[in-house]
Amino acid sequence: MCATCGCGPTDHHHSHDHGLSQGIEQNTGKKIVTVEQDILQENNLLAQRNRGFFEGRNILSLNLVSSPGSGKTTLLERTLTDLKGQLEFAVIEGDQQTANDADRIHATGTKVTQINTGKGCHLDAHMVLHAVQGMKLKPDSVLFIENVGNLVCPAMFDLGEAERVVVISVTEGDDKPLKYPDMFHSSTICIINKIDLLPYVNFKVDKAKEYARRINPNLEIIELSCTSGAGLETWYDWLKSKVLLPV
Amino acid sequence: MHELSIVMGIVDLATKQALANGANMIEEIELEIGCLSGIEMDSFEFAWKQGIRNSMLEHAVRHLHRPAGKALCVDCDTEFPIQQLFDSCPNCNGHLLSIISGKELKVKSLVLP
Repeated sequence: MCATCGCGPTDHHHSHDHGLSQGIEQNTGKKIVTVEQDILQENNLLAQRNRGFFEGRNILSLNLVSSPGSGKTTLLERTLTDLKGQLEFAVIEGDQQTANDADRIHATGTKVTQINTGKGCHLDAHMVLHAVQGMKLKPDSVLFIENVGNLVCPAMFDLGEAERVVVISVTEGDDKPLKYPDMFHSSTICIINKIDLLPYVNFKVDKAKEYARRINPNLEIIELSCTSGAGLETWYDWLKSKVLLPV
Repeated sequence: MHELSIVMGIVDLATKQALANGANMIEEIELEIGCLSGIEMDSFEFAWKQGIRNSMLEHAVRHLHRPAGKALCVDCDTEFPIQQLFDSCPNCNGHLLSIISGKELKVKSLVLP
């Protein structure tokens, strides 16, 4: 049994019940129970718990979401290598199968935990809670949570992150924001990756940005390439601006 | 297929409520799933059939409310219906919207024997 949240192998539930027996009425012998609870409440409560943990230790937690193959792991490899010694990092990798991504991150010398969701299509706050328990995260650090490659399902699941980073690459369609609006609506920053390939593909950056801002006018957008290094400084500056290092 | 997670969330939530009220089955359940909640109803139906098997909800009658999308334009205060998150304000064409309805994802009530 887990000491922190009380879940065990057979009874994998968290009890955060609120007003269980409110509004009970007797009606022809049947009981009508007013519930009025959010279906995602359990996830949202655990996410808030994660968020409090991160905030209390001044850990900047970032949830990276994208379709498969947009370059999330490569972006992390580049970032971890280039900013080594400047910021303290840790990574949680989410994939359905394999520890391949964790191996890539491990090779950069960064602390990493792999979550395999099996058939699951997204990470949830519960998985992150348990991953974090085993990590001994350092205060004043950055935690990257690389979600399962999927632009649909992870949108609904708050992990307790401070910022949600949606990554798209120019080898995808520039109408991606319109096709998957929920993800762009819930993200705070968008990275357009692989811009070194722009001469070879039919991707209009301005169009993609306009579509993304139709859904989320507050979305910050950074264009970069992990291959050529273009735009990476802007991303690094953004990261550093978000980590509130103690003076 | 996050719809399966959603269905399992409903089963968990409803089961806890039923147990707390001394019931071992649920006769009816009332749900609210907004049109902008990100739930694909075909997938939801498929997941529902699988998810409720051998649960207290197996024979429950399901009542489903689907609140339509409604937004308030932050710039000009116009309230209007929206179908998509990228719809613009019909009055000022703005995109800075506050969603006031359509995101619901709730178990509203249960009927227990």
